[in-house]
Amino acid sequence: MSYLEVTNIGISFGGLRAVDDFCLNIEKGQLYGLIGPNGAGKTTVFNLLTGVYQPDKGKVELDGVNLTGRSPVEINQNGIARTFQNIRLFNNLTVQDNVKAGLHNQNSYSVFEGILRLPRYRRQEQAMDKRAVELLKVFDLDQEKDTLASNLPYGKQRKLEIVRAMATHPKLLLLDEPAAGMNPNETAELMETIQFVRGHFDMTILLIEHDMKLVSGICEELTVLNFGSVLVQGNTGDVLNNPEVITAYLGD
Amino acid sequence: MKAMNPMKLFGSVRPATKNKTITYLMVLIFFGISGILVQTGSVGSLFTGLLVPMCYYIIMAVSLNLTVGILGELSLGHAGFMCVGAYVGGIFSLLTKDAISQVWIRFPLAMLIGGLCAALMGILIGVPILRLRGDYLAIVTLAFGEIIRKVVQNIYIVSDKNGLHFSFVNTVNPASIDLATKEEILNGPMAVSGIPKDTTLWIAVLMVMITLFVIMNLVDSRSGRAIMAIRDNRIAAEATGISITRHKLIVFVTSSFFAGLAGVLYAHFSTITPVKFDYNMSILILVFVVLGGIGNIRGSVIAAVILYALPELLRGFQNYRMLIYAIVLIVMMLLNNNAKFIQFKAGLGRKLFHRKAKEAA
Amino acid sequence: MSFISYLVSGISLGSIYALIALGYTMVYGIAKMLNFAHGDVIMVGAFAVFTAMMTFQLPVWASILIGILVCMILGIVIERVAYKPLRGASPLSVLITAIGVSYLLQNLALLIFGSSARNFQSVVTLPAWQVNSQLSISGETMVTIIVTTVIMIVLTLFINKSKPGRAMLAVSEDRGAAQLMGINVNGTITLTFAIGSALAAVAGVLLCSLYPQISAYTGQMPGIKAFIAAVFGGIGSIPGAMIGGILLGIIENLSKAYISSQLSDVIVFAVLILVLLVKPTGILGKKIQEKV
Repeated sequence: MSYLEVTNIGISFGGLRAVDDFCLNIEKGQLYGLIGPNGAGKTTVFNLLTGVYQPDKGKVELDGVNLTGRSPVEINQNGIARTFQNIRLFNNLTVQDNVKAGLHNQNSYSVFEGILRLPRYRRQEQAMDKRAVELLKVFDLDQEKDTLASNLPYGKQRKLEIVRAMATHPKLLLLDEPAAGMNPNETAELMETIQFVRGHFDMTILLIEHDMKLVSGICEELTVLNFGSVLVQGNTGDVLNNPEVITAYLGD
Repeated sequence: MKAMNPMKLFGSVRPATKNKTITYLMVLIFFGISGILVQTGSVGSLFTGLLVPMCYYIIMAVSLNLTVGILGELSLGHAGFMCVGAYVGGIFSLLTKDAISQVWIRFPLAMLIGGLCAALMGILIGVPILRLRGDYLAIVTLAFGEIIRKVVQNIYIVSDKNGLHFSFVNTVNPASIDLATKEEILNGPMAVSGIPKDTTLWIAVLMVMITLFVIMNLVDSRSGRAIMAIRDNRIAAEATGISITRHKLIVFVTSSFFAGLAGVLYAHFSTITPVKFDYNMSILILVFVVLGGIGNIRGSVIAAVILYALPELLRGFQNYRMLIYAIVLIVMMLLNNNAKFIQFKAGLGRKLFHRKAKEAA
Repeated sequence: MSFISYLVSGISLGSIYALIALGYTMVYGIAKMLNFAHGDVIMVGAFAVFTAMMTFQLPVWASILIGILVCMILGIVIERVAYKPLRGASPLSVLITAIGVSYLLQNLALLIFGSSARNFQSVVTLPAWQVNSQLSISGETMVTIIVTTVIMIVLTLFINKSKPGRAMLAVSEDRGAAQLMGINVNGTITLTFAIGSALAAVAGVLLCSLYPQISAYTGQMPGIKAFIAAVFGGIGSIPGAMIGGILLGIIENLSKAYISSQLSDVIVFAVLILVLLVKPTGILGKKIQEKV
């Protein structure tokens, strides 16, 4: 059984079958890519995996745990973290607090312990501060830890989203177009960062991307989505040379 | 022991702690000085009479800011919780006046019971509205506030030697009441008479400090971050494993508890009639919160003090004061949202802080 | 009195709520704001008619026209002075400003007319219709129902068939796109406020004819209830406002008649809450899917 096993999930919006019979198998530690032309349904797949939408059929299993139909909160608590196509940061919180929000479930002090400032609150808050800075250092964001998230430049905001996702201690990280809006230098840096995350945190990563340099550079296997259905799946080199894939992107 | 430079010590404290301390100090200094002025007879009875109400309006504003500013949900029924607290706490004191004659036992109990009942109401209202968003949530809170007020306005409680009698229609059936021992407790829309006037200034200020302590510490904690995350981006908060339901309930319960507490203080200071707790009061508190800065707890304290006192101090203008108040409100909102004015304020702020930094160096 | 008569007067009251709710919903749809001051515009309209009739001894038709005119001008002025500068500000800021305007109107009225309620002479001269021995429908009730029905039909036609009306639909759908299509957005918004305020004036006159008392606070409760009716029917939906208003009037009247006149408001509010719990966007409201 694969680490992430997705079997035949699907969903309709109104009369439109947005995703149909979608299957995916990812092994632990893989760097996997989900590609396809615009409107193919890639983000919808992410939303199905993370509980934002409920699939009307099929099954999602991560590390043996059935995640089908569960809420986004439960799914995150069971190991899936994600970033968003349009950055969704907590804009009125500082960079560090955004990460500490991600550490929420790694801590257990109660509301009362927090209000009364009991020892458990102090201990855990100090640990959270340390951990948040550690994570930020990995992504070279620790200097800006007291900056408001909304004041960061675009590229750093994207990185912060990844840090926050990593803070939730996931088993599987979903990145939705992490390189969107980046220039070639930033993209190259991102490629290194993603590979570092995979290695350093022993992370399994599934990403959606349009930037073929990034996809061919770091993804080991790909699934191509077209009109909500899987077109081709397999290792990166084969998939990218497949004539059907080329047609799907470029048209006839 | 090497002498420690106190400024250095203060400087190494977390900014959040610094901010909270400043707020506590402001409250203590303001009410401390006011209290002294009152004792020495330096201020008239008008100002004296304002001090305790300022306290419970501060509590109302701070607790509402938790919902509106920290959680980001518009509540238009806050006065309803104050009403629950006022009536439950007030009637408790009324009924136990003889049984528990020591104020320092009875009054805290009244405050606790009033607050808890209001908190219970907060849960009852909070649970069904969890799914609602924005304007719909606002309208439902408005409706709930009115329901609470109208229901209280129609309750009649009479006690006699046989115990308590309740009714929802005009004063309970006289035949069932032993007129010799009859005592009216709640008479529908009329004022409740006989509640002991237990609220003193220092108790009220103590309650303000407790409210600030709880709410500011809540905001500056794991739960507070989660609540603000929900406010800033609900979908991302869920994806980050933060339970929307749990945290919304934490906010409703806390916010309504303190509103109830404020109500108990009110009932033991001034006369209570249901009509005083209508949506006009909810709106009044909302104005305090918005003008003090949404999400700015210290701002709520300042706004509640100034904006509550302002119409009272404008009594000289008698007929025109509410008119002036309304105009001031509109002008303030227009200014707050005018780009040029915002720049002007920022420039002013920079000039002030530049000077402070130079002096400290 | 029979069930039918309660029902009929409920429909009558409800149509007044519907008129007011239309004002709320149209403004909300186009300017995305809750015009809290709308209820008080009703009061201003009623007072304008009152003054024209009592102080200036003008005939009924002229007084009503003046009332409508006064309200239209008032609505436009309020929009230009208080709301337009705040386009793009947070919804809370706009709400507070609207509250300020509401207080302003109420206190001006208090200053000018005093705090005690005055008697309002009904503008309706139609005699009551004695349907049968048990049922008599007052002239006011009949006129209210007929007038509001006509207005609602005309309004629906106007919005769906005329150019300015369709411009209103466009602006409420997508302001940016409408502007790019050459629609005068500012003018359209002003027009919406003008129409809403005119409706408020009519509602004010009918309300005070039905319940012949007028004071500075006359508009407050009906304003709140009509606001609830608009949300009930789905805020932003014109048919929703009509249905919401009439349903609310019926529920309120039947509650007054059969349960308790004191608790009728409680029941009305409770019904609203129940509906919103089942259908969180109101009866005819659109469910807005947030893009993830």
